[in-house]
Amino acid sequence: MRALHFPWLELSILIAALGAVVVYFTSDRAQARRRSILYSGLTLVTSVGGWIDFGLLRTFEAHDSWDPIARLLGVEVLAVDELSAPLLPLVATLFFLTHLATLRTKLRDYSFAQSLASESIVLATLSCRTPWILIFLLAAGTIPPWMEFYRTRKPARVYVLHMAAFVLLLVLGQILLDRGQDSPFALTGILLLTLAVLLRNGIVPAHGWLPDLFEHLSFGTAMLFITPMLGAYGMTRLVLPMAPLWVLKAVSFASLFTALYAASMALVQREARRFFSYILLSNASLVLVGLETATPIGLVGALSLWLAVSLSLTGFGLTMRCVESRVGRTSLLDFHGLYQQVPMLAALFLITGLASVGFPGTAGFVGLELLVEGAVRSDPLVGVAVVVVAALNGLAILHAYFRIFTGKTHAGTIDIRVRRAERISVLILTSLIFSGGLYPQPGVQTRYHAAVELYKLRASHRPDQLYPGFSSMIPDDQGKAAAPPH
Amino acid sequence: MTESWLFRAIGFLAVASPSLLLLLLGIPPLLSRKLDETAMAKRTASCVLIGLTACLIILAGMLATGDRTVILDLGDPLTIPEEHFHFHVQFIFDRLSIPFVLLTFILVGAIGSFANRYLHREPGYGRFFLSFSLFLQGMVVAALAGTIETLFFGWELVGLSSALLVAFFHERPAPVLNAQRIWSVYRISDAAFLLAALALHHTYGEGDFHIFLGSGPWPEGQSALNSSQAFWIGLLLLIAAAGKSALLPFSGWLPRAMEGPTPSSAVFYGALSVHLGAYLLLRVSPVLEKSPLLCAIVVAIGLATAAFAALVGRVQSDTKGALAFASLGQVGLITAEIGLGLRYIPLIHIMGHACLRTLQLLRAPSVLQDHRLIENAVGAHLGQPVGIERWLPPRYSRSIYLWALERGQLDSLLDHFVARPFLAFFRWCDRMERKWTNFLSGNGGRESDRVPASVPAGEEP
Repeated sequence: MRALHFPWLELSILIAALGAVVVYFTSDRAQARRRSILYSGLTLVTSVGGWIDFGLLRTFEAHDSWDPIARLLGVEVLAVDELSAPLLPLVATLFFLTHLATLRTKLRDYSFAQSLASESIVLATLSCRTPWILIFLLAAGTIPPWMEFYRTRKPARVYVLHMAAFVLLLVLGQILLDRGQDSPFALTGILLLTLAVLLRNGIVPAHGWLPDLFEHLSFGTAMLFITPMLGAYGMTRLVLPMAPLWVLKAVSFASLFTALYAASMALVQREARRFFSYILLSNASLVLVGLETATPIGLVGALSLWLAVSLSLTGFGLTMRCVESRVGRTSLLDFHGLYQQVPMLAALFLITGLASVGFPGTAGFVGLELLVEGAVRSDPLVGVAVVVVAALNGLAILHAYFRIFTGKTHAGTIDIRVRRAERISVLILTSLIFSGGLYPQPGVQTRYHAAVELYKLRASHRPDQLYPGFSSMIPDDQGKAAAPPH
Repeated sequence: MTESWLFRAIGFLAVASPSLLLLLLGIPPLLSRKLDETAMAKRTASCVLIGLTACLIILAGMLATGDRTVILDLGDPLTIPEEHFHFHVQFIFDRLSIPFVLLTFILVGAIGSFANRYLHREPGYGRFFLSFSLFLQGMVVAALAGTIETLFFGWELVGLSSALLVAFFHERPAPVLNAQRIWSVYRISDAAFLLAALALHHTYGEGDFHIFLGSGPWPEGQSALNSSQAFWIGLLLLIAAAGKSALLPFSGWLPRAMEGPTPSSAVFYGALSVHLGAYLLLRVSPVLEKSPLLCAIVVAIGLATAAFAALVGRVQSDTKGALAFASLGQVGLITAEIGLGLRYIPLIHIMGHACLRTLQLLRAPSVLQDHRLIENAVGAHLGQPVGIERWLPPRYSRSIYLWALERGQLDSLLDHFVARPFLAFFRWCDRMERKWTNFLSGNGGRESDRVPASVPAGEEP
């Protein structure tokens, strides 16, 4: 494995962790916000540096140079590959922009230290492929939200029950899998791991914790716990290489059902946060549908959609958070007519919302089209269902837009115009969304390389259970596919 | 087929002028800069004029050289060669697209000029012109599209701008609710379109028109699809067209769309948007020709829509509603003509009808004054038009009148059999979910249950 020119991965993780400690001991809330922006900004710089460095190396995987953690533990823990390379700067961007868009009115609700700690854990998770350490990090990632439950004295039992089951299933599954792939318990181990990551992704009927999370936690914390889609990451690292094809098919159908159900539920929600949680669940499930369609195009589509949905739904979430910071929890039963006061917020709400449902010209469109193409190749009915999900989500987005921004003349005397920091945050995300939509080739190309890598990994573990459609990806010579053009 | 650099450059200008307008009107508000009315009107007029001139030059060039097709190929923004997958962006100037795009530029220019005065000092002036530029972009892309994906892009932009303009007077709930309903129908139509596009991609690995519609110039292409493929893909495209053109069974949304300002009603539902479905059918006419059964369905839907619109339009009590159904009647006839295998007649019909209906809709706000002027000029009361009720048996005329007054009860049927059961089921699911999480948490407290229907701005609960 080649080495990056600089320890970018460790720096990103450590800067975020150091920031968490510094901000924790900062008593002035405004100062804490400024420092968190500084530390998350530095983390973003280093993670982008790592991404560029990885691209320049023209390799499939690379580890940090010097790598003090590897020397300390004796194993190479952190590495970046085709799958995780763009995910690291993506996650750093999401955290940075969320910190930037946090208004003074939200300072007492939102814990920046905890958010930086979460960022550090998520970055470590995405840089890690060793199963046990990955499981440890996935489990550790569930703690910061719980701390907010505890701090704000909100009922945490639903979250704790689901996350405890998630961790337990992960540990049991890996223990059984460690007995060897030929062991009679291997399949049980894979099934337990699959159940665990499905639970983390919020599969129906074990999805109750997700709306509950949005009910009780601050919007920023709940959003940043979901939008990096660590459930999908766990699926690609722990399940996809090992699972038999029938398990992948079952996961695909379960995810498709969840996507349909959540899209329909979004249409009947009475409150904006719960609406957002279902839109998020529906889109996250679509990513899983693509991952498990067992077709190359579907896999590329899912990996592309993963980036697009994370970006657009974070933008959408930030816009909703901006609305909430002005009018409090927003009912969808009535019209609010906020357009006249905040026309820019209305426009951004519409742009980010429609991007999340794959509107043409946005990053989501390419991902969705590839995903549907892959689904059609796998099973035409799955393709039809994915299109129906996109249609329902589009209906729900416009329904929410009309409820929040139109329908009456808003009579308020307080200035609720968008602040500069909020505008910058959402505009950056919007420009990324349009860039990905109008110039999709580089992004999709890297996702194709990542799909090839995932396939090769699967070929090394389950040569008897390969995707039938992937023969074009890996021809006779394995080494040939090992160097796709950058 | 001409692909000279000069034609390509001028063609690019035609396609890029609406994009330029969209950027000129869209970026300043995002940067919190306000444009005045004069600047917006000038930008709109300039961009429309550039696009119109470019199209006229191409038309003149085609007539001079005898070329029937000019292709503007912008390459593949996305390609995965290993999977034989690519997105191709291509625009075609031919006997079908040139008249339609010229009609688009002329009507959008005329309506833009009309709206500049009609909406003077209206609070939503900027919003109108921004949505209008989005519409122009969608129409030009859809009219000139040379691949199914490019057409879908324009198709979606037209749908979005249409819904936003119906909700133009958004300080009242009624226009917003109507826009929501229209958006619902458009989503069904878009889903059918996307599935058709994917089916074509799945069959040929690409969605270029010359692949599946044949390489001959319109309307002489021979589709490479077999009869069964042509039927199913054509059926999906017909559903898409029916949604966009308000053909049966989707006709219920058209009178609702009249909630928007008169200029947008004229250009969308009298002229361009309402004909986009028929335009799609004309574009894919080689596919229709492959399936006689599909052609029969197209004729049946067209005639049924025309008959429905003729009946319902006669009893409408508002001018715009009556004009909407009059439009629908003509669109139904145009659809039937396409199903009967005619090609140039429906195209001429579209152009003539679009111009006439635009004029009628623009005069609609002053219809009473016009009526009085004509009566003064004639010097007598104008007689009542002869209605078909004279030929109906009295026992049926009343029930047909009521049915027509209720617009065939299409909306209530849709509500009763689709919307209400769907919403009732998922509301029940929502209640069950809440009970389940209450049970798990041992605590029924949930902030979203306590959120009041509306909260004054700036005052957190």
